[in-house]
Amino acid sequence: MTDLSKSGAAVGEPTGTSPTPKAFLEVRDLKVHFPTDDGLVKSVDGLSFQLEKGKTLGIVGESGSGKSVTSLGIMGLHTAGQYGRRKAQISGEIWLDGTELLSADPDEVRKLRGRQMSMIFQDPLSALHPYYTIGQQIVEAYRVHHDVDKKTAKRRAVEMLDRVGIPQPDKRVDSYPHEFSGGMRQRAMIAMSLVNNPELLIADEPTTALDVTVQAQILDLIRDLQTEFGSAVIIITHDLGVVAELADDLLVMYGGRCVERGPAEKVFYEPRHPYTWGLLGSMPRLDRDQQERLIPVKGSPPSLINLPSGCAFNPRCPYADVPKDDVTRTVRPELAEVGSKHWAACHMSQEQRERIWTEEIAPKL
Amino acid sequence: MSENAKDEAVAIPAQSDGTRSEAAGTATLTKDAAPGETLLKVTGLQKHFPIKKGLLQRQVGAVRAVDGIDFEVKSGETLGVVGESGCGKSTMGRLITRLLEPTAGKVEFEGKDITHLGVGGMRPLRRDVQMIFQDPYSSLNPRHTIGTIISAPFKLQGVEPEGGVKKEVQRLLSVVGLNPEHYNRYPHEFSGGQRQRIGIARALALNPKLVVADEPVSALDVSIQAQVVNLLDDLQTELGLTYVIIAHDLSVVRHVSDRIAVMYLGKIMELADRDLLYKTPMHPYTKALMSAVPIPDPARKSTKSERILLKGDVPSPISPPSGCRFHTRCWKATEICKTTEPPLKELRPGQQVACHHPENFEDQAPQDVVLLSDAKEAAELVSEKALAESAQTSAAVAAEAEAGTDRAEDAATGAEAGAGSAGSAGSAGSAGSAGSAGSAESAESAESAESADEEPPAKEK
Repeated sequence: MTDLSKSGAAVGEPTGTSPTPKAFLEVRDLKVHFPTDDGLVKSVDGLSFQLEKGKTLGIVGESGSGKSVTSLGIMGLHTAGQYGRRKAQISGEIWLDGTELLSADPDEVRKLRGRQMSMIFQDPLSALHPYYTIGQQIVEAYRVHHDVDKKTAKRRAVEMLDRVGIPQPDKRVDSYPHEFSGGMRQRAMIAMSLVNNPELLIADEPTTALDVTVQAQILDLIRDLQTEFGSAVIIITHDLGVVAELADDLLVMYGGRCVERGPAEKVFYEPRHPYTWGLLGSMPRLDRDQQERLIPVKGSPPSLINLPSGCAFNPRCPYADVPKDDVTRTVRPELAEVGSKHWAACHMSQEQRERIWTEEIAPKL
Repeated sequence: MSENAKDEAVAIPAQSDGTRSEAAGTATLTKDAAPGETLLKVTGLQKHFPIKKGLLQRQVGAVRAVDGIDFEVKSGETLGVVGESGCGKSTMGRLITRLLEPTAGKVEFEGKDITHLGVGGMRPLRRDVQMIFQDPYSSLNPRHTIGTIISAPFKLQGVEPEGGVKKEVQRLLSVVGLNPEHYNRYPHEFSGGQRQRIGIARALALNPKLVVADEPVSALDVSIQAQVVNLLDDLQTELGLTYVIIAHDLSVVRHVSDRIAVMYLGKIMELADRDLLYKTPMHPYTKALMSAVPIPDPARKSTKSERILLKGDVPSPISPPSGCRFHTRCWKATEICKTTEPPLKELRPGQQVACHHPENFEDQAPQDVVLLSDAKEAAELVSEKALAESAQTSAAVAAEAEAGTDRAEDAATGAEAGAGSAGSAGSAGSAGSAGSAGSAESAESAESAESADEEPPAKEK
């Protein structure tokens, strides 16, 4: 592994047009396309972001916005479950600690996966194997990357189960997934993904399948573990409440692209994209007095095969006619800086957006 | 602009509804139960699912999914039901729509006992009670067109709407904001939000009085969720519907409901008017549930202070805990909670609670002053602030109830305790409670065990 990170720059050179980035994780112009009978599904279509160690990036968006595919792409799992003729197409650059993953040898990436980067999946019941005990599965994850005997590995498994708050870990290590409750399964998953002290942890909807009380426990756990291990965390969710609890930076996805990116506070308090406004307006909130009415985003999410031309959000955007010359329907807006470390992709001028947000949107939230 | 689109959508039913009420005859004539009248009354409702084992399929136990609940639904209101998965809220929904037969108890709809009516007996009532299901994918038959699906209720009930079934179905489609031209399409041609609208159109076809919606929006995306919530809202205003909305999302439930029932392990823990419940929750479980909801405000990220984490998991409904079912996870539990089940009592107008030691109210069992060991463990996961609040409220009100002469003095101490615990430096009177809160937080179980003797008196005094 150490060899790999040294030779990282060399591995990246053939495709890398730009020098090795400084950030711990840097994704540049990532595209993941899936050919289907109906056409090319552009799940992720040009996504870039950076993430430093010890920081948390939240990716939010509706189903089908490409947030999960992004994480699978980073992990190199986008081809999983695809057998035969049609392969997912991936392009761009993913730099993890100086190594470019897309052009790297798959065997090298496999050594990183689970060790340097690991993932927590949404549904722990389908992500855990029903035939093996929790312990066996954690031991396997550990021994793939560490040359230790089974006893040592099992001790490590018990230690991890204890760390994630499973009572009587020395007994529960021999339980099967079905003997665990939903929250405990998710804890076991977290134990498994952290067993190798990964530097990058991707949590894909880690709490969506759980009750609020359990969700609170798991979010606390992820936060504590991050402080302890200092890893970089990407948390993918559709719940703005969850990202607000955890994320330092926020990336809002729509139709396979990033529409807004910035520090969490900026995106929550000074959002500069109509879709972000829509998300904020759609949510009933417990911390506010009763809202008279929610402000939904009209229409439904776009098909990733036939994205609307121009800005992908234009058919649902209440302000699509604000910019002149029908530019929203013809030209795709690029991310532009709207504040310090804060980007948004919208054709409206900064002043227009600022005015609409402060005068029309914010008061109604 | 989205507002406008929505308002257009509901403007249509308003007009066509007038013509319909003449047309649909019986269904609408009885509709005008004055708002506020009891539409549905449930007493002692139970549903136990037997667990059978062995060759002879002998019953060895039962899952007590719903275990004795009482409530009423008034005409025109929305009752929200919240709880964690497995608390019996969906079973409750199926019992009141009589998709399941209760094990015990009574369900009365408009004064008529429907508890044990058979399929035939229920049929005339089916048009008055309709259900909206959670999963818009599995609740629509993929081999039927939308037209067939929405017109099924007419066929089953033998109702012939004026202008024909097709016209009526198209009207319903426009009511829920879909294009009437889509009459001949199949469910797979629609998105999740649109499918849920189809389910709603089907539920509305016979002009029901009561609509039971089981997690109507939880399968939908946030932006779509808001559309459906608004649609349900509009339909209620336009058609005077009564809803029972079952959901696990507390913010959605607060948004749609007039009254809310909080369920835990087959029992109602608290049943209260919306604002009372959210502003001054009385049951510790309600409080914990609400504190667990993540707030979409990054400024609160660092302030974990109000959070109450619950210890462990929900116990099994096969053998629920004795006494109060929440006592194994409650940080206020005492001996009485373990032995005696608290009744659901109306402690404040519009707020019924089943708890011996409610929050924000006078202690119901002030004589019981020793915390259970479980409760001490549970308290370690409760934020300092919440713990101080608990100690404070019950100490203060208990003092008030007990006191004849020292009333004023105790009230003063209570006030000081409030001020003191905020800065976590207690006055003489509140030193005990503030100290125990601190020790519990720092997880020094030894110290908290020691202070246990002194803590409850401080709390109960």
